Amino acid sequence: MAVFEAKPALPPPVLTRGPVGWARQNLLSSPLNVGLTLVGVVLIVALVVPAVDWALLNATFRGTTADACTGTGACWPFVTTRLDFFVYGFYPPPERWRVNVLFALLALVIVPQLLPRFPGRRALAVFGFLGLPVLAAVLLLGGIAGLPFVETGKWGGLMLTLVLAMVGILAALPVGVVLALGRRSKMVVVRVSCTTFIEFWRGVPLISVLFMASVMLPLFLPEGVNFDKLLRALIGIIMFQSAYMAEVVRGGLQAIPRGQFEAAHALGLGYWRTMGLIILPQALKLVIPGIVNTFIALFKDTTLVLIIGLLDVLGSVQAAIVDPAWNRVAVEGYVFAGLCYWVFCFGMSRYSHALERKLQTGHKR
Amino acid sequence: MRNLKTALAALGVAGALGLGTAHAGDTLNAVKTRGELVCGVNTGLPGFSMPDEKGHWTGIDVSICRAVAAAVLGDATKIKFVPLTAKERFTALQSGEIDMLSRNATWTMSRDTSMGITFAGTTYYDGQGFMVKKSLGVTSAKQLEGASVCVLAGTTTELNVADYFRAQGMTFSPVVFDNPDQTSQGFESGRCDVLTSDQSQLYALRLKLSDPASAVVLPEIISKEPLGPSVRQGDDQWFAIVRWSLFAMLNAEELGLSQANVDDKKTTSSDPNVRRLIGLDGDFGKQLGLDNDWAYRIVKQVGNYGEVFDSTVGAGSPLGIARGLNALWSQGGLQYAPPVR
Repeated sequence: MAVFEAKPALPPPVLTRGPVGWARQNLLSSPLNVGLTLVGVVLIVALVVPAVDWALLNATFRGTTADACTGTGACWPFVTTRLDFFVYGFYPPPERWRVNVLFALLALVIVPQLLPRFPGRRALAVFGFLGLPVLAAVLLLGGIAGLPFVETGKWGGLMLTLVLAMVGILAALPVGVVLALGRRSKMVVVRVSCTTFIEFWRGVPLISVLFMASVMLPLFLPEGVNFDKLLRALIGIIMFQSAYMAEVVRGGLQAIPRGQFEAAHALGLGYWRTMGLIILPQALKLVIPGIVNTFIALFKDTTLVLIIGLLDVLGSVQAAIVDPAWNRVAVEGYVFAGLCYWVFCFGMSRYSHALERKLQTGHKR
Repeated sequence: MRNLKTALAALGVAGALGLGTAHAGDTLNAVKTRGELVCGVNTGLPGFSMPDEKGHWTGIDVSICRAVAAAVLGDATKIKFVPLTAKERFTALQSGEIDMLSRNATWTMSRDTSMGITFAGTTYYDGQGFMVKKSLGVTSAKQLEGASVCVLAGTTTELNVADYFRAQGMTFSPVVFDNPDQTSQGFESGRCDVLTSDQSQLYALRLKLSDPASAVVLPEIISKEPLGPSVRQGDDQWFAIVRWSLFAMLNAEELGLSQANVDDKKTTSSDPNVRRLIGLDGDFGKQLGLDNDWAYRIVKQVGNYGEVFDSTVGAGSPLGIARGLNALWSQGGLQYAPPVR
């Protein structure tokens, strides 16, 4: 009895599979796309090749002085010899381990948030919001538990940037939510004061807020009453960013249909439970992109403190590139600072995407 | 409404009181109790005040702070440096946030009279100058007829250069930039023939050119920019301490006292001028509110004026600025300190 034996199928034509097929389909499918591909290739060759050449191939990586940089490329020893200054600022070297501990704690709190199955993830998040700020203040300032006191004037570099951003983010979100709720409140005094606060802080540029905090405020305080320059800047940043955050959150609140409020009332929930259990979880989920956008803007806005003489990572780079012992290192310094900001902002953006995907089970695109 | 007005008036009064309430002795006592001198400096100006790789402040302005700390507290390292921008520098001093300001501020009449501050002396006689490409073969600013000049926007340098060319009956075309880095790049790329700025900065900018030897700084100086430390008005004792700390450094150079030989001189010197300065004869330090070793400590821990100048902006530093106006009066310069007696 003849048995049908299937012959192995022929492979698809070589032009439609593998890299060749992919290129034909994606890069060369029409005359217009052929043109665009060509333009892209030219751009890559014209821009990326010289950049890689400068930053990696012709660059100098080893050495401790300007004399080490003989090539035509970047002079990275400038960054490596000053890395400690860029990261810790004027923080006293024997105490820098405290900053490292804080960096480690930050990583410990943040990294598990990106891994959905990490055990104890929620506990870590709660610790990050409530425990970490206190612990960070104790670690960085010292003065108790045998840690020597380190005044905020000695803080600087990347560490100062992270402190400003972290405090700003942790404070602006809750304050912003409260302001947004206040602005939609039925109580006149609450509503008017919240609206006034928001409109005032949104109406002035951050740069003038910082100027007022550092130049005008000390003149109005009696002599001898000086409160910390960093604290003044922080308060300015928190006020400013929480006003923006409030408007983002209000957008979310307004997107919640009236039926949700009515249903909550029908269940007999009071104001706080309605908001906390029904409205805010939905509203905040809707505005995650807006919130993260504000965080990213806040992170980058912290550079403005350099106009009031606080040397954050960009400020310390700027203070260093004028060093006459190093010839032409401005680009290296700025690339380093830019990279620092990019890493953190890109990280935040990726996290928000992950969060959106996880939460948007109801209305996916 | 009336309450609002009262509140505002109260704020205004508080502000007015906050200014100029320094009394004689206040600052010295505050510094001694604190055990630390708070000194306002530039956030980064080569040779004047700049953090090095390890975050230690260096520069000629910084050394003045160190000298005052050595005189008052006995230790040149007991200082908190407050980096300040140009806009906040005087407020920080007026409000009492800092004890003294040593931040390349030009001593002008309006600052000395109407801002509640007093300049204690001149650490560096600066002035606006010109830098040109060597290939032009120009040796004097008088040959710059019709030149294009790179200049920083919105500064007094821009006004000074216009004044100078008009006074000389010459024409020029300004090429204006926003920051010093762009200015030097404009110069290097040939956008202009001449770059103008304060001389001390010209030397720093010249070093940032790809071939520093291709440019020369012309000898003419077209403006007076005496840079020096300042203190709040009203505390004469503190003013005297800052002023004489600078004078002590100048006198030390004049008398040949240096960091290296001051210990030796302290035991061997019979020159009455030296003995008075380092506290072997007389009670000059006590009259200042300090002890008689004050000037000895300045020289021992910081050095004399010449040594400081050399290591920060002068021949021993990358800037390599000649002493010029900042030489001692006995060597053709302007630096002159009254005698200790």
